[in-house]
Amino acid sequence: MQNMLTVIANALKGGAKINGAQTVSEGSRVVISARSFANLTPQARFDIKRCDLHRLDEGPSVQTVLTREDGLRYYRTMQTMRRMELKADQLYKQKIIRGFCHLYDGQEACAVGIEAGINPTDHLITAYRAHGYTYTRGVSVKEIMAELTGRRGGVAKGKGGSMHMYAKNFYGGNGIVGAQVPLGAGVALACQYQGKNEVCVTLYGDGAANQGQIFESFNMAALWKLPCIFICENNKYGMGTSVERASASTDYYKRGDYIPGLRVDGMDVLSVREATRFAADYCRSGKGPILMELQTYRYHGHSMSDPGVSYRTREEIQEVRSKSDPITVLKDRMISNNMANLEEIKDIDAEIRKEIEEAAQFATSDPEPPLEDLCNHIFYNDAPLEIRGTNPWMKLKSIS
Amino acid sequence: MASLRCFLRSGKNAVAAVLRREFHGTPPAAVQITVRDALNQAMDEELERDERVFLLGEEVAQYDGAYKISRGLWKKYGDKRIIDTPITEMGFAGIAVGAAMAGLRPICEFMTFNFSMQAIDQVINSAAKTYYMSAGLQSVPIVFRGPNGASAGVAAQHSQCFAAWYGHCPGLKVVSPWSAEDARGLLKAAIRDDNPVVFLENELMYGVPFEMSEEVQSKDFLIPIGKAKIERQGNHITLVSHSRMVGLCLDAAAVLAKEGIECEVINMRSIRPLDAEAIETSIMKTNHLVTVEGGWPQFGIGAEILARIMEGPAFNYLDAPAVRVTGVDIPMPYAKILEDNSIPQIKDIIFSIKKTLNV
Repeated sequence: MQNMLTVIANALKGGAKINGAQTVSEGSRVVISARSFANLTPQARFDIKRCDLHRLDEGPSVQTVLTREDGLRYYRTMQTMRRMELKADQLYKQKIIRGFCHLYDGQEACAVGIEAGINPTDHLITAYRAHGYTYTRGVSVKEIMAELTGRRGGVAKGKGGSMHMYAKNFYGGNGIVGAQVPLGAGVALACQYQGKNEVCVTLYGDGAANQGQIFESFNMAALWKLPCIFICENNKYGMGTSVERASASTDYYKRGDYIPGLRVDGMDVLSVREATRFAADYCRSGKGPILMELQTYRYHGHSMSDPGVSYRTREEIQEVRSKSDPITVLKDRMISNNMANLEEIKDIDAEIRKEIEEAAQFATSDPEPPLEDLCNHIFYNDAPLEIRGTNPWMKLKSIS
Repeated sequence: MASLRCFLRSGKNAVAAVLRREFHGTPPAAVQITVRDALNQAMDEELERDERVFLLGEEVAQYDGAYKISRGLWKKYGDKRIIDTPITEMGFAGIAVGAAMAGLRPICEFMTFNFSMQAIDQVINSAAKTYYMSAGLQSVPIVFRGPNGASAGVAAQHSQCFAAWYGHCPGLKVVSPWSAEDARGLLKAAIRDDNPVVFLENELMYGVPFEMSEEVQSKDFLIPIGKAKIERQGNHITLVSHSRMVGLCLDAAAVLAKEGIECEVINMRSIRPLDAEAIETSIMKTNHLVTVEGGWPQFGIGAEILARIMEGPAFNYLDAPAVRVTGVDIPMPYAKILEDNSIPQIKDIIFSIKKTLNV
């Protein structure tokens, strides 16, 4: 019995693409472990929304298989991001975080779904609403929060702040609206040049979608067939301006014109994952760039200085929360398909709460960067340099 | 004698004179080479040396370069390494910066630096500041190059000097070569540098030949960024200049030498970091300073040099106020007589020197 179970378990763990993965309905339950989750379903097939297509004959599959393992991982990641952002909100109101703070809560399915659809060796760049992506690209909550509070333990040693966090194959965190899009196309050029079959995911918002440099990037990416997945996170508002008031065409997935596009439900992590896989395959096959519009929503205002209710109603926000919250949607799916039970979800939540608390504790107690660090990191791989201070007698030292 | 001929021609027909001018003498030399060819060879050698290096810009490939600086490179290296871009500076400068972030070493050509203004956000916010903002996680090894400053008859929108604008920004290195040797050594150094370098060429200098010693012709000849060169020794006054104006300073010095005034001519080579020490050391010898630049006076290169001298040890050695010779504070006009009088001429330099020396 145990051997048979192991064989089945291994086959099922092989991933969603294996054709042999039949729909495991509630009627047949496979025991794969002797733990208290004895009666839980290891995987299930779900229907996902059909994407609107532009210049594509076929789109992503309308069904996808989710394993219990993946589901729990997505849940944990999204919930961690959610709690991290809410904690940042708290710290900002206590004035422990200063300056700009653009929170991502509500949009978690985008970051998590995208990461699930690409490889760690692929590349990603986004704009300033970047904390979620910083996390999915491998930076710990601790380092993110300490960067927000401007401490030496932050991922950028406290010198970057909310909008300037970096990691391997993650190019920030960019403060100038739209500037990250040509950068992303450039990363894609490097991918093509270096021939390692990698792609670059280049994100921008509905507000940035009208920037000229984005169209310049579309042109060059299409001309040179760069392996670039352009993704527009449409959360319906560019700061305080709704999409209808900013764009003559709000079909952002069509705005690439000659670039094929798809419009995806950005509140469903499985839809995002499936669409990203589709897009990555497209790019890797050498066909050139592709564009994805993720329809999503942010609960917070544009930033912490925007209450977010002068240009939209509380009812609207509440409706999205109750009907389309990405974490709730995933949780309900898993529970109603017997892929997880409430108890373990509660355990995960408790673990996350603890992790966030500890990170916040670190972020508030870690010291600020030393003044000696002020002038460092001007140039890479260079001899030490003298930098003028605020007055001619102040000569400061800068090392790489 | 050759220099005097040059001086007389320069007064009347700057462009023609420059193109026909005599080369400035150097120790036993191997070849004569124009600035254009020096740049071309430098790029060729660096493209060959490191396969991560590539060139992109308008007309750089199949047209051989708008000013023929990249002549022959596309034929030799092909589409992958020499890339023609559409006329979209902001886009292709950003693409170049992104490629640099992801491991390549791009040379991004602006057809002139006037067009870099469209892309300046990518140069400053995406390239220059990133190493600092990331506290050392993300470097940007990129070179932005192209002709800078006044040309001949191209009028207001195509004649601006950007040395002061780029020289203002931390995180950038900014160089401004004058001679073929400068062009070669500084471009190789810029390409090998792991940081963003703004490389300001000059269209009027492209065709000017210079002698190039064997040492300079070697494949690993590099000029350190941040160090000035003393082109001519002198005891009476220090002239500090960059790019094409260095030549005019040398011409002025040659004229004044006949009157017994010996000028020390410093070729800055680098705008940022600025070699203040070389200038200070010279002033401590000569006690007088005149800076010469083609760009506008307000908040310019000369303004920075004078401020630093005020604040540093050389101030006490000045026997007279330091002054600047600059372009006239107006947009560049088109008509020849107006254009000629919009930028420093040799007579303006001589006049300022004599006023400073009170002779």
